[in-house]
Amino acid sequence: MSDPDALTSDQVRPLLVNGRSCPLPPGRSLAEVLGAAGLAHRPVAVEVDGEVVPRSRFDEPSLVGGERIEIVTFVGGG
Amino acid sequence: MADGPLVVGGVTLASRLIVGTGKYATYSEMARCLAESGTDCVTVAVRRERLVNAAGENILDHLDPARYTLLPNTAGCYTADDAVRVARLGRELLRDLGSTAADWVKLEVLGDPKTLLPDPVGTLAATERLVADGFTVLVYTSDDPVVARRLKELGAASVMPAGSPIGSGQGILNANNLRICMEYLKDGDPDYPVIVDAGVGTASDVAMAMELGVDGVLLNTAIAQARDPLRMAAAMRAACFAGRQAFLAGRIPRRLYATASSPDEGRVGSRT
Repeated sequence: MSDPDALTSDQVRPLLVNGRSCPLPPGRSLAEVLGAAGLAHRPVAVEVDGEVVPRSRFDEPSLVGGERIEIVTFVGGG
Repeated sequence: MADGPLVVGGVTLASRLIVGTGKYATYSEMARCLAESGTDCVTVAVRRERLVNAAGENILDHLDPARYTLLPNTAGCYTADDAVRVARLGRELLRDLGSTAADWVKLEVLGDPKTLLPDPVGTLAATERLVADGFTVLVYTSDDPVVARRLKELGAASVMPAGSPIGSGQGILNANNLRICMEYLKDGDPDYPVIVDAGVGTASDVAMAMELGVDGVLLNTAIAQARDPLRMAAAMRAACFAGRQAFLAGRIPRRLYATASSPDEGRVGSRT
């Protein structure tokens, strides 16, 4: 019996965006991830696997699947 | 009355109050209170964007970065690693906004969720790493003068001792430690900014801190959770001014016995 969670070679692992599973977009860019979340023009900062990615690189087709992405913004705080 | 401005890390602030943006009932109330307090520097926290409510309001819709210097904190971080990570995200947000003070961070490395007291070992480690990474570090710490001195030696732009635990409203619990902190931090460097961060409960706490000669006070809960936040914001502004003026004016020494204010000469009646 095969493991239902096992990935075959032609499957792409989803992204983990703010702790939630999210499909890898076709263009493999952060811009698409943000666009799908309605955050394309919002004040956010993005970290991929622990490294901050500046907005100037959001359009790059850099994602391969399986990345842990954090999208953050400012909230009230002391 | 004339007074020089507060300068931290090369940035000049018109007000000596730094005000937090947390715990307000609404963003519009927050904006009114910030304006009433007279502050031109406000703290903000860095948190995950709520993907389910992306069309919702953002605090930046109510905070003009041209009016306020935004000071991102690392609140909620319990390790130096987490604090450095959050500081870098905050810096990226500020850069994206075109901030002129994008490398500013209010560093908090907490040791304990019950007291929210700082972890001195983690705070020292994170300060060293953030300074090396080019940050202007305003660091939340306890009122321990030895730790305060170490933080300055590591390159903190401002050491910010707590008056009492965050959000406790207990005011200044150990004025003598703050006096020693200032003596150490300002020795040969009188303009080094020392800011009391946390513990303020009401206006007299701000006045007392400023009378001790600290350069500024950072507060949040005392305004945001007051019964009338807008009025308390006005009180804090006045207290900060009053305390600063009293410090500059120089108080009289405390004496055990009375000294009459009216002349002894020419009194009518029998002399005792």
